[in-house]
Amino acid sequence: MSAGVLEVRDVQKSFGAVTAAKDISVSVPKGAIYSLIGSNGAGKTTFVNMVTGYIKPDSGEINFGSRNIAGLAPRLITRLGIHRSFQIAQLCNELTVEENMLLAGAIHHDERLSFFRHAHSADARERAMATLERFHIAEHRNRLIPELSGGVKKLLDIAMAMAGETQVMLLDEPTSGVAADEKFPIMDLVIEALRAEGVTVIFVEHDMEIVTRYSERVLAFYDGQIIADDTPDEVLLDEKVQRYVTGGPA
Amino acid sequence: MRYILFLYAAIAFVVLAAGSIILPDWAMFLFAMALAKGLVCLGIVAMMRGGVVSFGQGLYYCIGAYTATLAANLWGVSDIFALTLFSSVVCLIVGMIFGPMLATYRGIFFAMLTLALSMVLYGTLSKMSVIGGSDGLNIGSPTFLGWAPEGRDLQTALYIYVVAIVVITGTLMRIYFDSEQGLITLATRDNELRVEYLGASVRKVMAYNYTFAAVLGGLGGTIAVVALGHVDPEFAFWTTSGEFVFVAILAGYMSVPAVFVAAIILEVVRSFSNLYFPNTWQLSLGIFLLIVIVTLPNGLGSLLSRRKGGKT
Ligand SMILES: Nc1ncnc2c1ncn2[C@@H]1O[C@H](COP(=O)(O)OP(=O)(O)O)[C@@H](O)[C@H]1O
Ligand SMILES: [Mg+2]
Repeated sequence: MSAGVLEVRDVQKSFGAVTAAKDISVSVPKGAIYSLIGSNGAGKTTFVNMVTGYIKPDSGEINFGSRNIAGLAPRLITRLGIHRSFQIAQLCNELTVEENMLLAGAIHHDERLSFFRHAHSADARERAMATLERFHIAEHRNRLIPELSGGVKKLLDIAMAMAGETQVMLLDEPTSGVAADEKFPIMDLVIEALRAEGVTVIFVEHDMEIVTRYSERVLAFYDGQIIADDTPDEVLLDEKVQRYVTGGPA
Repeated sequence: MRYILFLYAAIAFVVLAAGSIILPDWAMFLFAMALAKGLVCLGIVAMMRGGVVSFGQGLYYCIGAYTATLAANLWGVSDIFALTLFSSVVCLIVGMIFGPMLATYRGIFFAMLTLALSMVLYGTLSKMSVIGGSDGLNIGSPTFLGWAPEGRDLQTALYIYVVAIVVITGTLMRIYFDSEQGLITLATRDNELRVEYLGASVRKVMAYNYTFAAVLGGLGGTIAVVALGHVDPEFAFWTTSGEFVFVAILAGYMSVPAVFVAAIILEVVRSFSNLYFPNTWQLSLGIFLLIVIVTLPNGLGSLLSRRKGGKT
């Protein structure tokens, strides 16, 4: 394997008797778009959690550039340029959509004057609005989070993760909790925005149509292991994938 | 938009300072004490914005008061500016020591640990007869850059000094609350995971707020001891801290002026109830707080703030 931007080597993770990651090795080239498939409990979220620092692997290496980031705190990994979204959108419910976006901007802003610089300055709001517009959610800017639809929450979650200098973006089930007719528009928007900035993307997805349409390579998880790592067409034809993941020929 | 804030600050200063002309001595003293305690409560509000409540702010109120008193008695410092500066620096240092340690605790654990620290100080001071034990210490009248007023002049000077400190720190805290760090604090109370995954340190946020609150507590303690002329370990007792929390909850976390309004309400209710119903004033306060919590869950401040509120 040639050196990718993200190199995962022999990563293991157990929770008591459950092995959530077994000999996981992956190499993701810069700018690639990968998808992770697998039934519930296969270890997809665990993979995302290990790469982003929420869970420390028991052993193995996660190399980002020249650095082994396995076990670093989420905030440090974020600072290095690996960002993520969540299976259940993580937003601040007492803040408006715009304030959530301002928050993301504020954290990525230069820290030195941060006790003085107004969080709602014209500058900051302009930047926040630009991102909200890019994700087509600017019209909701003054609403509080609990009033939003699932799709808007997901988009905001991803938009916030894009506020920094994102090099790798991991999206955990970006279309779960989203109305069926919103799934493709949302993926179109998100993938286009990420591709435009040359971001390397890894997304978890259950819908095989979305997987084939948006990813160039698929990692199929089963029981904490990667059972297939290939192009979408090849993976969907794989016998083990059909047996354990898709439940029959696609 | 900052100049509007400075304009409000200037108006607040003029209005409050005008009190020195109209108010009788006893009322000026009452207001000075209320404003001094309001400073301590403002510190609790700063922590509340991050989602934690300290039940031991009496710690810094007491440290501030004792530091000023000892500086006056041991080294003969009487200048109020020097006393204020000195005790704030001491509280800053103590806050910087405990802040990072307490920053990983939340909810009842944070509340109980802060309470425990203040009670340790209370216990220690009560036993230390070198510095007065449970009787405490007296402090002489302050001077103001060499000027040594007496009688009504002293009262007035002290009152104006408190008003100035309150307006300056109130303005600074408003700037902080509105700042990027202020927004990160509000987000922390809401969703720590999100904040960490955006790349900020929640622990740092908590430590900063704790440290600011320590300095505010020290400022309040210094002014209170100078106004009263006396300090004793009760400054760190849990009922004192409890009153600060009471005011902070009454005020809510949205508005700075609301904190001082709430502090004044408490002092006024206390003096009048003491006068007319000597044994039941806590009862009237309790009922008042209940009514506020039921009708204004975000405190009095939600009347003064345009912020679209969430739940608690
Ligand atoms: N924090 C945890 N504690 C204990 N078990 C966990 C934890 N996270 C995941 N698991 C277990 O690890 C396995 C993989 O889970 P997960 O990675 O969430 O699967 P997926 O996202 O593919 O549905 C499951 O059996 C799950 O129960
Ligand atoms: Mg999952």
